[in-house]
Amino acid sequence: MSERKNKEVLSGVHFWQGDTACAEGAIAAGCRFFAGYPITPASEIAEHMAKRLPEVGGIYVQMEDEIASISAVIGASWGGLKSMTATSGPGFSLMQENIGYACMTETPCVIVDVQRAGPSTGQATKAAQGDIMQARWGTHGDHEVIVLSPNSPQEMFDLTVKAFNLSEIYRVPVIILSDEIVGHMWEKVRVPSPEEIEVYNRRKPSHIGEPIFGGVGEVGVPPMPRIGDGFNLLITGSTHNEYGYRKTVDPEVHRRLVTRIVNKIRENADKIIDVETQNIEDADIGVISYGCTSRSVYDAVILAEKEGITVGHVRLRTIWPFPEKVVKEVAERVDFILVPEMNLGQLVYEVERVVGCEARVKAISKIGGGEMITPEEILSEMRKLLGR
Amino acid sequence: MANKHFALKFLREETLPTAFCPGCGNGIVMNCFLKAVEELGFHDLSGFAFVSGIGCAAWCVSPYFKADSLHTTHGRPIAFASGLKLARPELNVVVISGDGDIAGIGGNHLIHAARRNMDLLVICINNFNYGMTGGQVGPTTLHGVITTTTPYGNPEYPFDLARLVESAGANFVARWTTVHVRQLINSIKKALKKEGFRFIEVVSQCPTSFGRRIGKRTGRDLMKWFKERSIHISKARDVQEVEDVIIVGEFVDRDRPGFVRKIHEIIFKVREENV
Ligand SMILES: Cc1ncc(C[n+]2csc(CCOP(=O)(O)OP(=O)(O)O)c2C)c(N)n1
Ligand code: SF4
Ligand SMILES: [Mg+2]
Repeated sequence: MSERKNKEVLSGVHFWQGDTACAEGAIAAGCRFFAGYPITPASEIAEHMAKRLPEVGGIYVQMEDEIASISAVIGASWGGLKSMTATSGPGFSLMQENIGYACMTETPCVIVDVQRAGPSTGQATKAAQGDIMQARWGTHGDHEVIVLSPNSPQEMFDLTVKAFNLSEIYRVPVIILSDEIVGHMWEKVRVPSPEEIEVYNRRKPSHIGEPIFGGVGEVGVPPMPRIGDGFNLLITGSTHNEYGYRKTVDPEVHRRLVTRIVNKIRENADKIIDVETQNIEDADIGVISYGCTSRSVYDAVILAEKEGITVGHVRLRTIWPFPEKVVKEVAERVDFILVPEMNLGQLVYEVERVVGCEARVKAISKIGGGEMITPEEILSEMRKLLGR
Repeated sequence: MANKHFALKFLREETLPTAFCPGCGNGIVMNCFLKAVEELGFHDLSGFAFVSGIGCAAWCVSPYFKADSLHTTHGRPIAFASGLKLARPELNVVVISGDGDIAGIGGNHLIHAARRNMDLLVICINNFNYGMTGGQVGPTTLHGVITTTTPYGNPEYPFDLARLVESAGANFVARWTTVHVRQLINSIKKALKKEGFRFIEVVSQCPTSFGRRIGKRTGRDLMKWFKERSIHISKARDVQEVEDVIIVGEFVDRDRPGFVRKIHEIIFKVREENV
């Protein structure tokens, strides 16, 4: 193994903050282009990429704003590089139009949103989980993206690798929805050897003339060439046929394209979805959690155990597509499901939709000052519901 | 076929004729660009990548050019092109788009790409209005002019795009009109051979959405007007008011190293130190 290769994957055990681990995960996954704009609490990702990308022959560029950043990322992806940007709420809002462009043109790219308290400038340095619905529905029109939620620096590394892989496999923007707590948290991170890290690359067309925007059935993912390889590509955010020609009035072409870019995610949800579960077989009460809040749930599970309460905990590593099946499964076994979130209720509505009448769903909401929901707060809510 | 138009080899013939209105200036710009490419000795567009935004001007390259084209969102082609150029530095990346796209909604990308000296050729087709959406006022619309959104006359003043981009740091800046075909071809040829940020503004006619509102109903009327108002930069040293004249010519031609070269110098240095 050459020394250069060693620089690409820093195998070993490190003490890193989440943002650093995210940047290293990207490099390990093969990311060679980063465009961004400074914003707390995501700036450390850009700073780390600025230092590290040149070492591995990659390009770092700070753009004039977040719109330019996501634009450059999409342009670089069509140039054949795995590309990423990182931001927080205000910048994430600015990126929305072009996230839709990436969905429509089926451009692989990774967008990190290290959430802070909004709306607007809000509490710029304080954690929150308020971008759940924006990550799902931020851009206009019918679309699907994949949204992952890490809860530790280790997962900032692991899920960033995964984000690139999913993005390459499904030709879709993947959002890493982190938060200030996980982004700034320092913990041990184990970076595997390069051989242990699974890396997927976009499928290339086998010949010039192969359709690259369709021709793969109703849920398929077409191959993707680079710009500059003789394909005479027509890439457009307007509705297009499988060869890229704009078809801006034909209802059938629009239905076919938009349905496929939605269904290629929906129909593959089982392959995409990744959750961690605790005790869901014999639970007295259910908890659905994600991101930093799940760390408090771990403790609440232990505290409850001491009181004889078995908590069925589902921690979502994938938020979108929403892991309906496992949530339903828990709902069938318990009477109550708690959804703690650092917002005034976002994912809880999705849980309610899925659970229906199977169980009573209750939000535990907390915002302001970046204060986490504590294990005790979760425990006391459980006691109340179970009448203990 | 000996008498086939030279440009056809660079075009997707199945997409012709273009969707542009009769008398539109976009065809002249396409023709001049392709002539420049032909005169430089290219037989196809395989070494090029074209990027455009949203608007009539943005359609010149997509779908008509037989080449790779990235038809992006409104105002963002320069930013998309920057990422593409950095990923594929060996390609000649060219942006062709409208005045509203490049100088209005995308104005920030324009000045920053010029400042950064990003290795792109940007051709801005300035028809003084938002043509595609029906002739609304834009950042280059002349003062006092009536448009669909300035029914009482434009209270604002237009950008002098060439001077704006020159002062932002571009390596090469020229402005011509669709009347100055030979000069435009020559400037495109010169620009294509240079590195860094290169900007060519082409004042162009939009009879449909703009001309008819100022009493110039045909492309020909507008071109006559351009010809009368044009004054070469060498004779326009003292002219400050862009209102009454169109200053044409090459505004700047310098050779600062482009961004791509700079960033690759950094990568080279970092990797040498690390191995
Ligand atoms: C974000 C956004 N805002 C507005 C529009 C609507 N729109 C489409 S084309 C256009 C104007 C284009 O003007 P210009 O770039 O000058 O091109 P022209 O049509 O004049 O050649 C506008 C405003 C859009 N597509 N996207
Ligand atoms: S509206 Fe104007 S710019 Fe657009 S095609 Fe017609 S003449 Fe050309
Ligand atoms: Mg215009």
